[in-house]
Amino acid sequence: MMIYAGPAPRPARSVLCRLNPSLLKGFSFCVAGAAFFLAAAFPVRAGEGAAQPPAEAAPAETATETQAPAAEAKSDDTLKIRLLMAREIQEDRLPPLSLLDIPPPDDGLAGAQLGVEDNNTTGRFLKQEFILDTVENANSDELVAEVSKKVDEGFPFVVADARPETLLKLADALKDKDAVVFNVAAPDEDLREENCRVNVKHTAPSRTMLADALAQYLAWKQWRNWLLVVGPAPEDKAFADALKRAATRFGLKIVNERVFEYEPGSRRADGGFEQIQQQIPSFMQDAPDHDVVVVADEGELFGEYFPYRTWISRPVVGTAGLYPTTWHPAVELWGGTQFQNRFQRLAKRQMRPIDYNAWTAVRSVGEAASRTNSSDAKTLIDYMRSDKFDLAAFKGQKLTYRAWNGQLRQPIFIATPKIHVTVSPQPGFLHEFSELDTLGVDRPETKCTAFQ
Amino acid sequence: MKRQSTGLALALLAGVMLAFSASNALAYRVFVSNEKENTISVIDSETLEVIHTIKTGNRPRGIILGNEGKWVIVCVSDDNKLQVFDTQTYELVKDLPSGPDPELPILHTSGNPLYVSNEDDNLVTVVDIFENRIITDIPVGVEPEGMGMSPDGKWLVNTSETTNMAHFIDTESLKVIDNVLVDSRPRVAEFTPDGKEVWVSAEIGGTVTVIATESREVLAKINFEIQGITKDAIQPVGVRITSDGKKAFVALGPANRVAVVDVATREVERYLLVGQRVWNLGFTPDEKLLFTTNGTSNDVSVIDTASLKVTKSIRVGRYPWGVVAAPN
Repeated sequence: MMIYAGPAPRPARSVLCRLNPSLLKGFSFCVAGAAFFLAAAFPVRAGEGAAQPPAEAAPAETATETQAPAAEAKSDDTLKIRLLMAREIQEDRLPPLSLLDIPPPDDGLAGAQLGVEDNNTTGRFLKQEFILDTVENANSDELVAEVSKKVDEGFPFVVADARPETLLKLADALKDKDAVVFNVAAPDEDLREENCRVNVKHTAPSRTMLADALAQYLAWKQWRNWLLVVGPAPEDKAFADALKRAATRFGLKIVNERVFEYEPGSRRADGGFEQIQQQIPSFMQDAPDHDVVVVADEGELFGEYFPYRTWISRPVVGTAGLYPTTWHPAVELWGGTQFQNRFQRLAKRQMRPIDYNAWTAVRSVGEAASRTNSSDAKTLIDYMRSDKFDLAAFKGQKLTYRAWNGQLRQPIFIATPKIHVTVSPQPGFLHEFSELDTLGVDRPETKCTAFQ
Repeated sequence: MKRQSTGLALALLAGVMLAFSASNALAYRVFVSNEKENTISVIDSETLEVIHTIKTGNRPRGIILGNEGKWVIVCVSDDNKLQVFDTQTYELVKDLPSGPDPELPILHTSGNPLYVSNEDDNLVTVVDIFENRIITDIPVGVEPEGMGMSPDGKWLVNTSETTNMAHFIDTESLKVIDNVLVDSRPRVAEFTPDGKEVWVSAEIGGTVTVIATESREVLAKINFEIQGITKDAIQPVGVRITSDGKKAFVALGPANRVAVVDVATREVERYLLVGQRVWNLGFTPDEKLLFTTNGTSNDVSVIDTASLKVTKSIRVGRYPWGVVAAPN
């Protein structure tokens, strides 16, 4: 178990108040003290019902220099909002093909940490303090038990990076508590549909959202004829199903479908390319003409073999080549530069999609807290479910949760490993209420009834 | 006879010269920063043509006049400084220091100092534009952006994009006195000419919040609705209010419209179709024309403020961002 209370370099997260001046440029993120001190220095007038502390401004310079006294000053009227990052360690998961894609040990967690920092920068004006704790376990039942215990101890906001079955167990274990689970990793459709839970929010996009985002761009390009290559894993088949649904929705055609059976074997070997450059073209022989090769390989175990090795010269899209994603480390749109910089300074690496999903989860709680001026779990959860809620999250428009299944509506980047190519929804894909609902399962087709 | 004709010719010549200088007196130079091109386009407000292009540092964004209209001062964000150009000769006068990633500058009503928001370090930097030095930094919220100066020079209002607040800074003590929560991603803060209200646009929230300067109470939130445009695309950024305090113009980003708002009633009177992703607005000194920067269509639209008609679109550099007009 680890306590996070500021950008202390790992593994020293238990140190409550470590300060790195070069990172912070004059702000103490030693949360307890700073939140109190700065709240006193900068009182705030919220639109409605916010606290109105006396307006005694402290000198700006003092804020930069006075960390020690601030750390000592504990205030009881600071609202404390506790979040928990729950990570299921998935030891059986094979590493991806490319060394560039190996997940860092703090994948997702660093995003949650940045979210807490950003919340606290705002919180210091509002006398709100956000605290992040973490539980990690490879055993699903133990993880659920630990999280339940933490929820009882006052951590109602759970940011979960877990398998779908664990997520459901967790949601059911918490169903009688004022708590909410943010799913930041699992794209599974059933979690949002027949197995939806009213106490789960999904900041991770669903497979249909990702597939629709990609398909809209292929439709825009008029790359209508797809050759679909599907891996043997159940997740690969699930993503292939989402791609087929997207093709049907947007008038595209799968001219041929092939299952790529393989034994992963050892990821690392002194060699490999000699055989692969023979194997992939021969696998792709004798296909009907197609505009694009669409690969469904969620584990990233073989898809990267396809670009530049196909039988005929066609672009590769799907999980390899051009791919849909919630976040990309090269994105600088809509103020993204500063966001990327803050993350880089904190985590000493680039932001990955799960980091972004965890950040939006934590920021959702922060947004609800600043708008309601409350730390009460039920108040915040109700606010996040209301139509007043919206989140600015570097996507050029407000993000909101779908009222019928708790899925975060969001634009999806379509990118190469180096840079974004476009952002979906694409121009011309219209919707009665929100163009973002052209991505994924929409209200009229949902199988989720828990929210009614 | 001959004398008479000479006299006539002289009179004619004088008339022509008079006419020429008169038309010259009406023309202003409009400076448009082109974020992606690293240039400033200079437009003649009379002919509505680009008459010059100034090469700038990297990523020119916020742009204002200084030194009694002799200077145009622009944030070159990726170079972490400001540049000063002569409004007549277009020559680079000097650089001014700022914090990292300066975005929007504003001058004190007395003409000095300059306050600039640094998007990447949560600070507003105070700069002496004549002595070329940083006076101090003022800590604010995450991603400082909009800068508004009250007409009496007493208040500086800075908005922070991710903290969603308008920070009220006392220009005497250079301290943050109060913070007002507004809607998501506040961009621009603009005082009414009487100084009683400050209007803050919220790009993602889709609103303009009207705040009382003295009490810091939220007086109203202005919403925008355009038939055929989804709410998500209505993203208010630039706000300009006429000096008689009657009309406000609000640029609505990817809705490709400028809203005309009655300041007294806070009702939207009409929407003017301009170029794509309209962000910032600038009046000519006589306020007869309003220029809009249309980022994704690489042009500025010209609005006739009397007839409320969009009269022309002028091609400028890539991704025009900010605009300011100088007397000739």
